[in-house]
Amino acid sequence: MKCIRVSAIVFLSVLSLACLFADFLAPAPYAQQFRDEPNASASRQHLLGTDDLGRDRFSRLLYGTRVSLLLAPAAALIASVLAALVGGIAGFAGGRLQSSVMAATDLFLSLPWLFLLITVRALLPLNTTPVTSVIITFALLGCLGWAAAARVICSSVRSLCSSDMILLARASGSGGFRLLCRHILPNVKPVLAAQFWISVPVFILTEANLGILGLGVAEPMPSWGSLLRELESFSALSSQPWQFAPIVLLVVTVSCFHLALRKQELWA
Amino acid sequence: MRLAPGFGVDEEELDSRLSAESVQSIREAHSQVESFPVFYARSITKLLHGDFGYSQTLHEPVRQLLVERFPETLKSVALGLAVGWATGLSLALLAVMSRSVFIDVTASLIASLLLCIPAAVIALLFLLAQAPGRMVVGLIVFPKIYHYAHNLLQQCASLPHVQTARAKGLGTFQVILRHILPIAAPQLCALAGVSVSIAFAATIPVEVLCDIPGIGQLAWKAALGRDLELLVNLTILITLITLLANAAGEMADHPLQRGEA
Repeated sequence: MKCIRVSAIVFLSVLSLACLFADFLAPAPYAQQFRDEPNASASRQHLLGTDDLGRDRFSRLLYGTRVSLLLAPAAALIASVLAALVGGIAGFAGGRLQSSVMAATDLFLSLPWLFLLITVRALLPLNTTPVTSVIITFALLGCLGWAAAARVICSSVRSLCSSDMILLARASGSGGFRLLCRHILPNVKPVLAAQFWISVPVFILTEANLGILGLGVAEPMPSWGSLLRELESFSALSSQPWQFAPIVLLVVTVSCFHLALRKQELWA
Repeated sequence: MRLAPGFGVDEEELDSRLSAESVQSIREAHSQVESFPVFYARSITKLLHGDFGYSQTLHEPVRQLLVERFPETLKSVALGLAVGWATGLSLALLAVMSRSVFIDVTASLIASLLLCIPAAVIALLFLLAQAPGRMVVGLIVFPKIYHYAHNLLQQCASLPHVQTARAKGLGTFQVILRHILPIAAPQLCALAGVSVSIAFAATIPVEVLCDIPGIGQLAWKAALGRDLELLVNLTILITLITLLANAAGEMADHPLQRGEA
């Protein structure tokens, strides 16, 4: 099992590096059109062929992976920070504040995630520049994905607050802020790290869902969601199998996150 | 949505054939919904009187849209839950009771693989394979049910009294029915409530891509058309259903726990 986890981490590292150096590895810019070769088959020049606008699929896959793989952790970071703030404060304060904050969190969790997301996404401009759409999509995922993590953080902080260690620190005169920064936060860090790693694949999948529905990253910028949208125009499963490369890469990457995640949970 | 560019402005205002009076009347019609507290106070009052408002994008009363489309979504959700629960629970029971590594690994692999594929991609693949789109909801629900039920049943099966019952020669069916399910039932009831929410969320990509005229597709259309009245009512409706499902799960859970005690 350890071997599988190590392989998953190695795969994710290699993929991240490949995305970071997409400018050097990609044979063409993601928006460049080869107008003489639309819908070209896989060849030495175009490893995964070209799309209906004549853009190199391999280049778009590399750049799309960069967008999804680098911004999903950024969204997870926003969600984790929000969860730490909401859950941490509610758990530390306890009493009515905790009850009311957790009631609001429960209500937030009752809303089906995708319904909430498309409602909020619709509030924001749909016809934006590609870069703005990337920022909006992932910031939204981060801002709306904190609720489940906040519940976990709140219960961790609550159990820490009633531990002997914190009672002793209180008895020796430690104030609220000092307790929070010196004793509680360092002990909640592993739980937060686990929540962060759990959120990353969730956000990758949600971005893909939003992208396919046309509410994600705007063209011509590629992301896994917008690349998968291309599948809508396919007529059969068997023709041009290389067109399914984004699905395969997405499934393998999310699986690797799940496999690596168990390691993170063990650390927690 | 109120802060978004273009809110409260009708495209008809740009029609050069309209007179100044007509444009003014369109503007007045839109200015009625400008005040934030007034809009929500009026919406809630109207909702309490059974008036769900009017969809600006689909030009139909929201109530009528919901009446037309809700049965379609209910069909998808019911079928999805039935498929998801039947497959997930029976595979989990089979994996735990048979103690077969092959069944356990195969079922876990299928469930894990399904967890790694976005609902929209499964819907697209079903569309390409010309398979019934409603089944996708079942495939989204299945892995969550399987993983949770598997862990829960495994814990229950390792309890001393269950192992004693098996050692004394009680049949597998009897062990499940008399010793495992009564212990696992309260948590499975809680999971049932959560699975309703998962199934409703899955209906959006499924209905949009498989062209099923349900409320998932309606929500997507409302989002693209920024139809505030429709979106607000849909969100309230879905939240209420989810809360009711969770409450029903908890209510079913209490008598079971009392019986267990």
